[in-house]
Amino acid sequence: MNLEFYKKKDFWAGLMFLGIGAGAILGARSYPFGNTLRMGPGYFPTMLGLILVLFGIYVMVRGLRSDEKIQSNWSIRALIVLPISMILFGVLMDLAGFIPALTALIFVAVASGREFKFKEVLLLTVFLGVISVAMFIWGLGLPYPLFKLF
Amino acid sequence: MEIFHNLIFGFSVALSFQNLFYCFVGCFLGTLIGVLPGIGPLATIAMLMPITFSITPVGALIMLAGIYYGAQYGGSTTSILVNLPGETSSVITCIDGYQMARQGRAGPALAIAAYGSFFAGCVCTLIIALFGPPIAEMALKFNSPEYFSLMLMGLITAAVLAQGDMVKSLAMCALGLLLGTVGTDVDSGWQRFSFNILELTDGIGFVVIAVGVFALGEIVSNLGDPEERQIFTSTVKGLFPSKDDIKQSIGPIVRGTVLGAFFGVLPGTGPAIASFSSYMVEKKIARDPSRFGKGAIEGVAGPESANNADAQCKFIPMLTLGIPASGTMALMLGALMIHGIAPGPTVMTQRPDLFWGLIVSMWIGNLMLVVLNLPMIGLWVSLLKVPYRMLFPAIMLFSCIGIYSLNNSPFELYLTAFFGLLGFLWMKLDCSPVPLMLGFVLGPMMEENLRRAMLISRGDPTVFLTRPLSLAFVIATVLILIAMSAPAMRKRRGDITG
Repeated sequence: MNLEFYKKKDFWAGLMFLGIGAGAILGARSYPFGNTLRMGPGYFPTMLGLILVLFGIYVMVRGLRSDEKIQSNWSIRALIVLPISMILFGVLMDLAGFIPALTALIFVAVASGREFKFKEVLLLTVFLGVISVAMFIWGLGLPYPLFKLF
Repeated sequence: MEIFHNLIFGFSVALSFQNLFYCFVGCFLGTLIGVLPGIGPLATIAMLMPITFSITPVGALIMLAGIYYGAQYGGSTTSILVNLPGETSSVITCIDGYQMARQGRAGPALAIAAYGSFFAGCVCTLIIALFGPPIAEMALKFNSPEYFSLMLMGLITAAVLAQGDMVKSLAMCALGLLLGTVGTDVDSGWQRFSFNILELTDGIGFVVIAVGVFALGEIVSNLGDPEERQIFTSTVKGLFPSKDDIKQSIGPIVRGTVLGAFFGVLPGTGPAIASFSSYMVEKKIARDPSRFGKGAIEGVAGPESANNADAQCKFIPMLTLGIPASGTMALMLGALMIHGIAPGPTVMTQRPDLFWGLIVSMWIGNLMLVVLNLPMIGLWVSLLKVPYRMLFPAIMLFSCIGIYSLNNSPFELYLTAFFGLLGFLWMKLDCSPVPLMLGFVLGPMMEENLRRAMLISRGDPTVFLTRPLSLAFVIATVLILIAMSAPAMRKRRGDITG
């Protein structure tokens, strides 16, 4: 075993399956297990947890032996900013209405990419705003106020 | 003839103004996303699914199906003109299609791709109409043990035949089944894995996982790759293939359709495998194989027919047995369930309008696609110039609106963001999310059938082996597992999918 295991793809995949499986078994302990004839709510999840643990161990061990590494072109920025833009949309829909939520979403989402040209983003926002208001609010009749007062 | 009676009934449903409109919207959107690389039918269907909740189930299915097979048409356009697969199913079309375009024969290539797809679409519509009813009739006799074994077979076959590592795919299936248990247990009313969160007592929304994993995860991963799209399109002139072109293409189109239909009913084999096999067959039986790779029209006609046939025949197990054979079919199944229709063989008897209307609409849709694709080629080409940095905010916006509209609450958005992160992680770890989706959709049904099977047999698990049909499914599953883990097959599989 070498010290580079933290880069190995299958090691992490196996660990994930193992962890989720173990978590499911632990979590399902508080539900009635029942027996094979009358399965309780805990039966199926416990079995699945067990299967996941077994798969997890197998994949993990195999991963330690192989050399397959995780590929490194991560866009950490997109990984953090895109989920934030979604959450922001949700929060603003409740607080400020459809238009502010939409504007915030587009501006923040574009910021997760490589290029940010203010004029272009503004145009895109107006364009998408008109389309989605026409389609969703007027067309499909979704009951969202365009603006909301705090 | 009952089949004609049924098809006429189907026409009466599909030709209503509303359903024609949904069919057109689906085909149009499908072509659009098919042409655009970086967004596939899976993400689009997931994203648009919430919007279809407000229309009739028939209309919803017709539209979603249109997106699916429309994408197969659109994908070929990009392959031929830009040498870039719009969809994975069109990878193989790039080889000879682009060469034809460079020789100034883009028109005939596009036309043959469209005609081939249309032919395949017609044949597969007939296949579904012919074989659907008997299959469903047989399945009506199934009891819980048969259903459980059948679902197990569908799930495992899909996992081992799909792209990617077999063991990890099987583990992802189990993970999907586990995610399906979240929420209130139907049998006992117990809260499982809901962590005292009110929104989770109904279970995790199916759209939430689909959009998170397929749309959001895909965007994050696309943004990680440097944008390398170059647009150098050849001009399209003369759309009509010559007599020789047509003569050369008839054989490949027929063979491609047969191959595609065969792979179509197999779970887990994507349209890429069908089109790849068709290309290989054409190259092998050609009198002069060296023409391939240099603009042979057979290399476009065969694979394009095959991928369309595959896409359409995937509907057979979904509509007749309630078994999804691919990720997209899992989404379709989910759409049915959200509309309150229990999937399985009863769909045909209880909702004949849905079954026959959908089938006929696929034929109409194929006709529409020929019309949409060929004369409007200029429009699609100009769309290719839209850069990804303008495209992904639009995908984000439509996803967010759809997700928010599920319950008019932001909670689902938070959950989607979470699954987006997971989806990206899975992509990096080479854990395919498609088996997870299949497991998630089938999970609750599998648990219920397992419980019932155990009740019937008084807790005796050998019931799966003592009932002949169930035993047949179990044996088939074991055989597939053994065959696919044999070293020789593993290598071959790597060649096909890799």
